[in-house]
Amino acid sequence: MMNRDACFEILKRHITDEVVVASYSGALEWNDLNPRTLNYFSIGAMGLGSSHALGLALGRPDRRIVVLDGDGSLLMNLGSLVSIAAAAPKNLVHFVCHNECYEANGGHPLPNPKVDFAGLARSAGYAQVHDFAELRSFEQQVGHVLTQSGPVFATLHVQKNRPLVYKYDDLNKASRRVALKAALQQP
Amino acid sequence: MDAATTTKAEQVTLTGTKIITAIKQSGVEFILAVPDIVTSKGLLFPIAADKELRLVRVCKEDECVGIASGLSYCDKRALILIQYTGFLDSLNAIRAVAVEYKQPIVMMVGLLGHEPDRQPAESGRYGVRIIEPICDAMGIPHHFLSQDADLSKIKPAIDKAYAESSPVALLVGRRPS
Repeated sequence: MMNRDACFEILKRHITDEVVVASYSGALEWNDLNPRTLNYFSIGAMGLGSSHALGLALGRPDRRIVVLDGDGSLLMNLGSLVSIAAAAPKNLVHFVCHNECYEANGGHPLPNPKVDFAGLARSAGYAQVHDFAELRSFEQQVGHVLTQSGPVFATLHVQKNRPLVYKYDDLNKASRRVALKAALQQP
Repeated sequence: MDAATTTKAEQVTLTGTKIITAIKQSGVEFILAVPDIVTSKGLLFPIAADKELRLVRVCKEDECVGIASGLSYCDKRALILIQYTGFLDSLNAIRAVAVEYKQPIVMMVGLLGHEPDRQPAESGRYGVRIIEPICDAMGIPHHFLSQDADLSKIKPAIDKAYAESSPVALLVGRRPS
């Protein structure tokens, strides 16, 4: 088991011009660690982060798209694994933070906390699939994961997090969407 | 139905190739679809074979809302091709992404079971009858496509959605030929 914020700290070192799509708890934490124009927050329709990312990946095949999904979120949109694998964007890297609970909704357990997301992604047809439970291993391999030909999937087995303050107003600001759109419409 | 009405109904057509032409003229590059029997033969099969359009097949209709939003950030236009049941199933995604986040989400919605000679609000199908009132309640403009004369609505509706970054629903009330 890893701490999600420790994983994100390591990931941050590798992020340059990628678009990072993050949802709910992961979005709050990622934005605290790495506020930037190229963050895309998927709040309001739980589960759609991976679908937003597929649209971005198809629209800008020249740019890497990184998804920081939640386990509860992904369970609400499992079909997106199949859709993404079929569309086969080489530039999409899909992380799921697997803390076995609906963290943003009170910490209740997933219906099956031990669901094998990596196995699901492999069956769906992702080109590359990883499963990380040790921070050292993640640190050693994340650079490689981010540059593989996708779609790439990686489960991050993380502990329940420190308490977060669930205020999404800042993430939901329209000015963020305007700035991101302007940045992505540059060559 | 009397003989005169029958003759009139038989003459009314909604031509799939003309719809596809209007979609292309609107600058749409991506079609995001879950199969719908209303539009299956006249639209989805021809679109799948059309090299000028990129068809993205998805498992569930609300995925389309996220994908279309992501594409719009990259200045790419998409059209979502679904059945009204999938529209109903996707209402939270449409509420959040299209309405509250003000994203340009263009939906072409097949009205399964709709009687082509009626307006949707007069349909005998409950599910069809509630579509326009739901759009109205959510502030989503909608246009009814039931014959070729309606196809001139498509390009202005799509252009407006992208110009204003807002959703629009194009309701298909007859199986395109």
